[in-house]
Amino acid sequence: MMPLDHGTIVAFAKSWGLFYLIAMSVGVMVYALWPSNRTRFDRAKTSILDKDDKPWS
Amino acid sequence: MVSNLTMTERRLAVVILIVLSLVGLTMSVAGRADLMGTQGFIVLAFSVGLAFVVMSDFYSPTPDPKRLERYFDDPTKAGIVLSMIWAVIGMFVGVWVAALLAWPDLTFDAAWASFGRLRPVHTSGVIFGFGGNALIATSFHVLQRTSQGGLPDQLSPWFVLIGYNLFCVVAASGYLIGVTQSKEYAEPEWYADIWLVIVWVVYFLIYIRTLARRKEPHIYVANWYYMAFILVVAVLHIVNNLAVPVSFGHAKSYSLFSGVQDAMTQWWYGHNAVAFFLTAGFLGMMYYYLPKRAGRPIYSYRLSIISFWGITFMYMWAGSHHLHYTALPQWVQTLGMTFSLVLLVPSWASAGNALATLNGAWHKVRDDATLRFMMVAAVFYGLATFEGSFMAIRAVNSLSHYTDWTVGHVHAGALGWVAMITFGSIYALVPWMWKREAMYSPKLVEVHFWLALSGTIIYVFTMWNSGIIQGLMWRTYNESGTLAYSFIDSVSAMHPYYIARTFGGLLFLLGAAVGLYNVLMTIRASRMELAQAEGDADIPLVATARAVQPGE
Repeated sequence: MMPLDHGTIVAFAKSWGLFYLIAMSVGVMVYALWPSNRTRFDRAKTSILDKDDKPWS
Repeated sequence: MVSNLTMTERRLAVVILIVLSLVGLTMSVAGRADLMGTQGFIVLAFSVGLAFVVMSDFYSPTPDPKRLERYFDDPTKAGIVLSMIWAVIGMFVGVWVAALLAWPDLTFDAAWASFGRLRPVHTSGVIFGFGGNALIATSFHVLQRTSQGGLPDQLSPWFVLIGYNLFCVVAASGYLIGVTQSKEYAEPEWYADIWLVIVWVVYFLIYIRTLARRKEPHIYVANWYYMAFILVVAVLHIVNNLAVPVSFGHAKSYSLFSGVQDAMTQWWYGHNAVAFFLTAGFLGMMYYYLPKRAGRPIYSYRLSIISFWGITFMYMWAGSHHLHYTALPQWVQTLGMTFSLVLLVPSWASAGNALATLNGAWHKVRDDATLRFMMVAAVFYGLATFEGSFMAIRAVNSLSHYTDWTVGHVHAGALGWVAMITFGSIYALVPWMWKREAMYSPKLVEVHFWLALSGTIIYVFTMWNSGIIQGLMWRTYNESGTLAYSFIDSVSAMHPYYIARTFGGLLFLLGAAVGLYNVLMTIRASRMELAQAEGDADIPLVATARAVQPGE
């Protein structure tokens, strides 16, 4: 078994760190640019502008 | 404000304050031979004082249940006022410490007024007192409006706001008597740190509970930023403050980390405090109040999501750029430098998104100082993040590190971005909260804007100059290969800049004082109008019956 020391952590950070950050950025881009999410986002950005000052209205 | 609480909530408030005063009493007894005793008395006085406030209204009639059909804004209102008061206190101390650098005699030979004790009062006062209260106040407002739901109960928001201010008071008073952990932006000792964790968990739970009962299906992006702020600050605070106190009756504690690990943990904390306290939370403010005030939706919602995740994941790795050319492993320094550079992408995405939102509403920016505060904030956000990425490059850092350039950079961010977006949001929010058309005096908002902008520009330019001169003096060699200037030469060369910087800070402080006055006068005007309206309504619809005349 490989001992868990400084070298192990460094190796892990230098290899998998790269991959998971790339995977995460791809995931975020896909979510943000997915065509069917457009209506939801458009609604969200305009929804704050036309609210009156009461909850659950 | 107490009269809006239900009987159960009032009782619970009293119980909490009794427990808190017992904690204060215990601290003052257990720490009687130590500085902790004094801190205990402050906790005791704070909670007993508040108990009087609650008790004085304890038997006022139970509130109208109809109030629950409206948003719960009392803590937001109190938070706005507290934030402005802390701004004036924190910036006053800031001007004082700036003046100390130019005229060291201003300590008046008092230990509590020495630079090392006053400086954290300034930094904590403005970051936690002014910024933190503004974040708590606006987050409760944005959270309720964007989820179209009221807060889950009325006591916990008060607990968060007041508990947080107790933390600030304990911290600031502790610095003056000499209590410090000597970790930048994490100076308060272990007992204050534990208290902040309790407050912060309640804060996070309020957010989750409100979101869980929201009516709006999509969680608006401002809330993501506020959530990231709350969650990450909790993680940072807990990890960086892992420490063992000398004893339970002793203020002093020792960090679990040592040496280079301690430095790395501290700057992982320190830089992410900038990222998640001074950036993420205020971006949440920007993404709500700027579109609201401009009356235009955010330019690109998609871009706001991409920059959110960019900031969240990349900031975490940037902290090590504070430790270039130290014992920290070279690859960790390079990692911090690289991530700092990549970070420019999401930072400029946010700044650009804000400015593109205003594109088409420039006439509003010209006419409305409140919106102009937010516009200038976005510009300074762009400038400061560019400068930050630039300074994180190791070669640039070799010139800038330990010089006033760093101080200038921090203030470009703190004055130009954080304070400007806060003032803009507060000026937008105050009329909404106190049900008025506008602030008491739009002219004074204009005055505040120009004081703040000129103060910031003077400050930042002065520190760029002094910082670069300092950096160059420290690396100038003569023919024989030794340093051309002694350290004290560079200190004397800074004198005129320190005077100019104090003046810039003074302008900024004056602006904040004008702002506080304007906010208080708006509240007063609103109360007078309300009293007037009630006075008008106080006329019976049927006139009093005349006395019966004889013969009728």
